[in-house]
Amino acid sequence: MDRTYLDHAATTPMHPRAVAAMLPYLDGLFANPSGSHRFAREARAVLDDARDRVAGLLGCAPGEVVFTGGGTEADNTAVLGVVERHGGVAVCPAAEHHAVLHAVEHLGGRVVACTSTGTVDLDALTDALRASPPVGVVSVMAVNNEVGSVTDLAAVAAVVRREAPRALLHTDAVQAPSWLDLRALTPLVDMVSLSAHKFGGPKGVGVLVAKDGATFVPRLMGGGQERERRSGTHNVAGIVAMTEALAATDEARPTELPRIEALRDRLVAGVRDALDGVHETVAPAAKVAGSAHLCIEGIENEALLFLLDEEGVCASAASACAAGAMEPSHVLAAMGVPRSQAMGAVRLTLGRTTTAVDVDRGVEVLVGAVLRLRGKAAGRP
Amino acid sequence: MALSGGVDSSVAAAELLAAGHQVVGITMRLWGGDSDTGCCSVADVDDARRVAQQLGIDHLVFNFTEDFEAHVVGPYVDAHRRGITPNPCIECNRHLKFDRLAERADLLGFDAVATGHHARIVEHGGHRYVARGADPAKDQSYVVHMLPQRELTRTMFPIGGMTKADVRARAAALGLRTAAKPDSQDVCFITDGGGREAFLGARIPLRPARVVDERGAEVGRVAAVELVTLGQRRGVGLPGGGPKRYVLAVDSDAATVVVGDEAGLLRNTQPVLAMTWAAGPQWGEVRVQCSAHGMAHPAVVEPDGADGQGGAGGEGGRVLVRWREPQRVVSPGQSVVLYDPTDQRVLGGGLAG
Repeated sequence: MDRTYLDHAATTPMHPRAVAAMLPYLDGLFANPSGSHRFAREARAVLDDARDRVAGLLGCAPGEVVFTGGGTEADNTAVLGVVERHGGVAVCPAAEHHAVLHAVEHLGGRVVACTSTGTVDLDALTDALRASPPVGVVSVMAVNNEVGSVTDLAAVAAVVRREAPRALLHTDAVQAPSWLDLRALTPLVDMVSLSAHKFGGPKGVGVLVAKDGATFVPRLMGGGQERERRSGTHNVAGIVAMTEALAATDEARPTELPRIEALRDRLVAGVRDALDGVHETVAPAAKVAGSAHLCIEGIENEALLFLLDEEGVCASAASACAAGAMEPSHVLAAMGVPRSQAMGAVRLTLGRTTTAVDVDRGVEVLVGAVLRLRGKAAGRP
Repeated sequence: MALSGGVDSSVAAAELLAAGHQVVGITMRLWGGDSDTGCCSVADVDDARRVAQQLGIDHLVFNFTEDFEAHVVGPYVDAHRRGITPNPCIECNRHLKFDRLAERADLLGFDAVATGHHARIVEHGGHRYVARGADPAKDQSYVVHMLPQRELTRTMFPIGGMTKADVRARAAALGLRTAAKPDSQDVCFITDGGGREAFLGARIPLRPARVVDERGAEVGRVAAVELVTLGQRRGVGLPGGGPKRYVLAVDSDAATVVVGDEAGLLRNTQPVLAMTWAAGPQWGEVRVQCSAHGMAHPAVVEPDGADGQGGAGGEGGRVLVRWREPQRVVSPGQSVVLYDPTDQRVLGGGLAG
C-alpha cells in the first residue's frame, strides 16, 4: 500500500545526512568517549565537536549544552531538577506536553489557563507568578505539539522576569527547530528542551540547554558525564546524527518554510472546499507552517483515523494512553473547544519529505472518509 | 473481532481467519480506573496486540470509556443506591459490545462483529436466536441474551461450538501466548483489594441498616444497606452457629434488612421487567435462568396485565414467570433469561422486578 505520511509532528524521517553521519560510530569508532585511551579520546573529540556545533546552532555556550536521552528527559529534568535544587513552585500552562504537565502536577505545581489558541494566558500567568509560595520554575512550550500554535516567548519572558525574577524560565522547544530560528529563542530563556527525532535525527537523543545559573539536580546519577548533569555513557552516534540533522534543518529552513506553508495551505483549503463543517483549530498566522489541525463536525476521530489508515494515510488526533487508546485532548480542553467539537479533531502535520502528491492524496482520502462516515451516520435509524 | 487479550477471543480470531474472513482485532478501552485484570488493563491490551501480530491481523484500541461510564458504571452505582443489584457485564454487552462497537463497525464498513463468547447463533422457524455454547460449564448465552434480530444477523461467536478444553488446545497448537491464561473473573472495574465496598463508598454514601427478623425484632446491624443483596446468607452481621438465615427483603429507603429461613425466599412467580425478545413474545413452556451459571428451571411465561402495554409484554414490557416448582426470589436488577423448553435457544430476557 502507498503510504501518505502526514504525521511529522509525531516523528519525522531521519535526514539522509544524519543517517550517514551516525554510521561510522556504530561499528568503526565505537569507543566510549569517557575512556582513557587514544581511541576514546577520538570519540571524545567527536562529541566535543558536536557540542560546539549544537551550541552555535542554538545560540548558547558549549558548556550550556547537556545531551539527554530525548525530549521527555530534558523536560522532566528542567521541571523536577530545578525545583529539587532551588525549591519553589513549578508553573506551566494547561496545554503543555505531558512531559512538562505531568511533572508540574507531580510536584503539586500551578497549571495556568490558556487562550483560545492554546498559548498561555499572560494575565493568568501573572496571577500564578504573584501567588504564594514563590515560583521556582516556569515552563512554557515554544510550539504546541497538537495544534501548532506559537508562543510569544519574548512576552512570556518579560512577564516572568518582572513578576518572578528569581524563577528560572524553561521552554519545551521540541516542536520548534523545523520552523523557528533557535538562535532567537534561546537567549530569551534559561533552559531549552529539544528532541532529535522531531527534526530528522534518531529517536532516544535530545538536548537540554541550561544557561549559567540554571542548575538542577540531575535525574540520572552515575558516571558524572555531561559535567555531572546527566550520567550515562554518551550515545555518540545519536548525538552526531542529531547535530547533523539540526544543521541540515537550520540550513534548509529559509526555503522549506515557504514550501511547506504553501503545501499546508493547499491541504486545508482542499479539505474546506470539499466539506462543510470543518473548523481550523488555530488560524494559520498563529501557528507553525507544518501544522494543520482541524475539527470536523459529524464524525468521531477514532473512526476517521481508521479509514485514513486503511488507505495508508498516516495522521493523528490527540495523544494515546498506555493501552494505545486515544485520550480526549487536554490541549483542546485548555483552549475551550467543546468536547463535541473535539471528538472530530484530526492533526495532519507536514515535514521535509512532504510533497504536493502527499497533500492531494491526503485531501482526497480525508474528504472521502468524512463523507462516508457522515453518510452512514445519517442513514442509521 | 473484539479482542480482550484472553484465550477465547484469541482463538476466535484464529478461527475466523481459518474460515477465510478478513479480520481486524479491536480492543475496547472501557474503564480508566483501577483494575485487577478484566477487559482494560494495559497487560491485557499487550496480549491482544501480540496475538493480533502473531495472527497477522490489524489491531486497534477504541476508547469507549465515556460510554462505559454512562451506560455501565453510572447505572451500576445508581442501582446500588436504590437497593437494586445490577449485572454490569450484561449491560456492557448490551451497550458497548453489541451497540457501540457494532455501530462503529457498521460505520467503518465491516460486515460482522465477532466476540469470544461461548454461545451460538441458530436459525429456527425463520428467526435467529442466541443458543447455548457447546461447553455447558462455560456457556455464556445468558450474558448475550439481549441480542435483537438485527444484531443476530451480523454477530459471530466463532468458538461457540468448542469446549473450553478445545479452545485451550487450539491456542496451544497455534502457539498463542494466551493459551494458558486464566479466565477473567468478576467485574472488571472492581478490584480485589477494595471490592464493591470501596468502589461504591467512593461514589455514594453507604448507610448503616438494621437487620430484623420476620417479626420485626432487631437481630443485628450492617454497615452498608447498599451492599446487601436479596438471598445472601453471609455478611449481614449475624452470629454463627444458629439456623441458616437469608436476606428476605431489603428496604433501602428505611435502611432495614429482613432475614429469615430459606422458605421465606421461595416464590411461585417472578415478575420480569424491561423485556427483550429475540423474535417477539413467545408464551408458554420455558426454562428460566436467573444467574450467569445458575440452573434453568421449568416455568410458564405469561403476559402480565399490569405491563402498561395491555398485557402485550413486548419490547421493554413486563411479563410473569410462573415456576413449576417454587424458586428463590431473584434480586431486583438481575437478568432473568427465558430459554425454549429444550433449554437451548434464548427466547428473551429481562430484569427481575
